[in-house]
This record gives sequence, structure tokens and C-alpha cells, in this order.
Amino acid sequence: MRSTHGLPTREAYGKALVELGARHPNLYVIDADIGRSCKTTEFMHMYPDQYVNVGIAEQNAAGVAAGLATCGKLPFITTYAVFGSMRMLEQVRQEICYPNLNVKIACSHGGLTPANDGASHQGIEDLGIYRTIPQMTVVAPADYYSAYALTIAAAERHIGPLYIRFTRDATPFIYQPEDTFEIGKTKILSEGDDITIISSGVVLSIALKAKEELQRKGISVRLIDMHTIKPLDIVAVENSIATTKGIITIEDHSIYNGLGSAVSEIVAQKGKSKVAIIGIRDRFGESAPYERLLAKNDITVEEIINQAGQLLGKEIKE
Amino acid sequence: MTSPTELQMNAHLETMAQKLRKTILTMIHQAASGHPGGSLSAADIVAVLYFEELRINPQQPQWPDRDRFVLSKGHVCPVLYSALALRGYFPMDVIYTLRKEGSMLQGHPDMKRCPGIDISTGSLGQGLSVAVGMAIAGKRDKKDYRVYCLIGDGESQEGQIWEAVMSAVKYQLDNLIIIVDNNGLQNDDTCDVVMPLGDLEAKFAAFGCSVQTIDGHSIPQIRAAFSAIRKAENSSKPHCIIAKTVKGKGVSFMENVVAWHGSAPNQQQFDLAIREIGEIQ
Repeated sequence: MRSTHGLPTREAYGKALVELGARHPNLYVIDADIGRSCKTTEFMHMYPDQYVNVGIAEQNAAGVAAGLATCGKLPFITTYAVFGSMRMLEQVRQEICYPNLNVKIACSHGGLTPANDGASHQGIEDLGIYRTIPQMTVVAPADYYSAYALTIAAAERHIGPLYIRFTRDATPFIYQPEDTFEIGKTKILSEGDDITIISSGVVLSIALKAKEELQRKGISVRLIDMHTIKPLDIVAVENSIATTKGIITIEDHSIYNGLGSAVSEIVAQKGKSKVAIIGIRDRFGESAPYERLLAKNDITVEEIINQAGQLLGKEIKE
Repeated sequence: MTSPTELQMNAHLETMAQKLRKTILTMIHQAASGHPGGSLSAADIVAVLYFEELRINPQQPQWPDRDRFVLSKGHVCPVLYSALALRGYFPMDVIYTLRKEGSMLQGHPDMKRCPGIDISTGSLGQGLSVAVGMAIAGKRDKKDYRVYCLIGDGESQEGQIWEAVMSAVKYQLDNLIIIVDNNGLQNDDTCDVVMPLGDLEAKFAAFGCSVQTIDGHSIPQIRAAFSAIRKAENSSKPHCIIAKTVKGKGVSFMENVVAWHGSAPNQQQFDLAIREIGEIQ
């Protein structure tokens, strides 16, 4: 069923894998029994010799992928963000990141999007966890087309450990199929000189709405899609410090150690700007509609406008 | 009847095991830290692997068709470093740099620094999964290399070991040989006190491995176990060798003493240990 408004980014991952499987006979998918949900089924049928399913055993998945990588394979471990960033974390650190092996960890259900599944399945710490592991690259695409392009980029234009996060539920299309993406390099969606909004992941659609609203009210917005939070595009942050009066970050992730923290680290070192961090406020989610969960954490258009007013030191009126 | 050449090979491998033990003690003594107990218990197994069994080329450590060796119990790397040095992967005097800043001989094996290490290890329970990945790659690529993985008995308390065994059975990895250094001791106490492992042979067999139990200090028995595995080609089952060993083997005051898991001998203890291991013929 194809929506004209949006699709889940996990579906882009599945499609990209099918394309990659044909081009790269050494590309393997390692599943841990949630392949159907993570959209690897088509790959499994088309390339059975490039497919391994270890069952409900994520720690083993990480080790098997490492072993395959030492033999020249390019494994994509596929699971949910909670398991991919926590159940197998120490295995990924020891057997993949420490030896700097070319293994990708591709996780669906990142952030609050598996909304009705509740807290156990909402991976809200994943980006921060992997940001602290040396040699790891961390990517969170904003929509279907960028998820597709960044999956291809992860396989073909990146060597070493990489974590990429997808979402369960449909999110709006933002980019076009022909748009290009480079890991570690931001997409600047608009230039402006009042406020910078830096977004990572599928909440970019909220940031876009806020930008339009602010511009209607006469506020000029620099909007950045920081799809790679590690390595951070430091130049893009420095330029935002230089050209705008304040920075708002927005992410479907804990306010600790994700995009907001990464940007703040640069601003703290350079000075001359302020950061407002919008994200999950150090608490677990619950079963509820996605929009409700975002609203409970003020991950909203209204909060971006509110923060813009505070950073600019003026009330932004209707 | 054992042929004269077999007897010569047994004697040769016994000498190599003796050399390994001396090198292990020398490097741990020099570093003033390390894990002698488990290194000594694995010395005879590693001697047979590195001086007869493994198809490897020290001049070409990354040779794609080489047999792989995964030291899942990575803390006993002195035994592996000793074997690599004696095989010529690096100069013998490198052993004096164990655990020192800038050394290729890290406290636990590092594949990026040390030639001949097929995977970095050190966190228990993980190496066997990596070995499974290597063995799957070998099968899918239709290569005839084998993957040997040495695990500890205490290490088998990690659940991941059993995840890995299940996957080895599922993928019919008869190119995988799991060797359990069954010395019965671990960091805090005996395995029986800390967490009893029960009947390891029955457990590996129940998971679907083809299991042999041997005396892990008998060179002829270790060789016979590998030889039986070679004859059982295309068995579709992963192989498991339960090697009954003695922790600290070869040094009387270290044998079966928990405290020698992770402490280095002082000068007096070192001199005595070297004397006990004896003159190398």
C-alpha cells in the first residue's frame, strides 16, 4: 500500500537492501527473528546465500557479523533500536568497533514511533549510546528517500562500523528520490539569519512546519537536517553560530547525549550562541499515539516557536 | 602401533609445549601481570594447533585460505603470543613488551596491532560467535579452511556461548572445532563453587555437536582428536573437544590454585617455575 504522503523509513531500508544485494555479493543481512518487521524478507528470498538468521539471539548476531566481516563480507545486522543499541552493545563495542570492522547495524523502531508497543520497544537512547563508542558512525535519516539514499551510502561510501536508525510508522516525504546524501554532511534546507533549527531523524517534518510558521511571522530560519550525529558536521554548527542568533535542536531521542548534546558541545567550545534542546525529557515512553508521545515531551511546532521567541528575546505573535 | 615418525612428532610437540610454557612465564613475569593459570592449561592444545594442526603461513598472516584460530578466552593470550612468536609472526624479543605501552601484545589480543590474531577478544563469551561467522563465510565461499575456537569452561557460563552453539548446529558448521579448556577453575573459585557447569559433554552433544572428551595434556590424545575430526569430513555437525586440563599445568605450586588465574610470579617463583618446566631437549 503506497501512501502519497509518506512511508516508514524501514521500508526504504528493505528496498535499498534488495538493490545492494544484487550489486554486492558480499553484502549479508543478519537477522534476529524480526526480519519481517525490519523489512528484510524480500532480501532473504532473493539472496538466500547472503542471509543469516540467528534467531532471538542479538549478542550472537553481533559476533557472527564480526566473523563474517573478517572474511570480507559486509554484514548488515538488522533488529530493533532497543536491542541493536543495548542487548548487543558490548559485543558491538568489543568485536566490531574496537577492531574497526565494516559492519552496519540497521535498526527499525527508533525513537517513540513504535508508539503503541510501549516503552520496552521504544529506542530513545540508541543514538547517544553509540555516539560514545569510538570508531562508530551514527545516522538517523529523516524520511523514506533519505533513508534509502543513506542506506546505499552506508554500504558503498563508508567503511567501518555504522549505526543507522529507522522508524516503524509512516512519516511524511520530505526529499525527492533524486536527492543526494553524504554521511557526515548536513543537508541545509533553508538559509536564514534569525534562528537555526537543527533536526535529526523523522522529526524534521515538525521542524519544517515550524520553519514555515516562523517565516510567516517574519522570522528568518536556517534549517538543517543533521542526519549524521557522529561524526557531527561541525562546520555547519559553526556557521549557524556565526550567522544566526540562536540554535534549536529537535530529535526523537533523549535530551541527553543525542543531537542536542552534540550541538551543545560545539557551542560550549566556540561560545557566542545558545542552544535550546527539544527531545525526550529523560523519561520512558508508554503506549499511546505517536503524536501524543511527542506532545508529552513538547516535541512540537509550538515548542519550537516558543523556544525561538526566548532565544530572540521577543514574543512571537500570531 | 604408533609409527616412529608419530613418536617423533609427539616428542617434538611436547618440546614445543615446554617452550610455550617457558615463554608464557617469561612474558608474564616481565610484565608483572597477566594470566598464567589458563595459559598453562591451554599450552599443550595450542602447541598441537600451532606446530602441527593449523594450516597457516606466518609470512602471510592474512592469507584468505588460512585456518582461523579464535582465542575466545582472550585473557590467556600469553599462550597465543608465545606460539605466534615461536612460529615467526614477530621477533622473539617482542614477548618482553607484553602489556607495555605501544606494544603489539596488548593485555588482551588485538587483531589490528598483532599479526596472526584473527579477531580481537578479551570479553568472555563472544569469540565463539565470531568463529561461527568465519565458519559460515567459509561454507558459503566453498573454502576448505577450518575455524578453531578455544573457550574456557568458566566462559561457558555466558549465555552467548550457547546462542553461538545453536547457530553452529543450524548452519551445519562441520568446519568449526570448539575446544573447551576444561580446567575447572575460574577467577573467584572453582567452577563448581561459582556456577556449576554440569555435564559439559552432554550439553554440547544435546545442542547437536559431535563431542570428544580427552586429556588436554596428552599430546597423542589431542592429535588423535583432531585427526578424528579430519576423518569425519562432511559430518554436517560442529565439533567439540572437551579437553580435561589442570589450571597452572607444569608448575607444581600453580596447579589447581585459583589465585594463579591472574597474578604474575615474583623472581623467586619465576626461577622455581622455570626449573620445574625443565631443560628443553
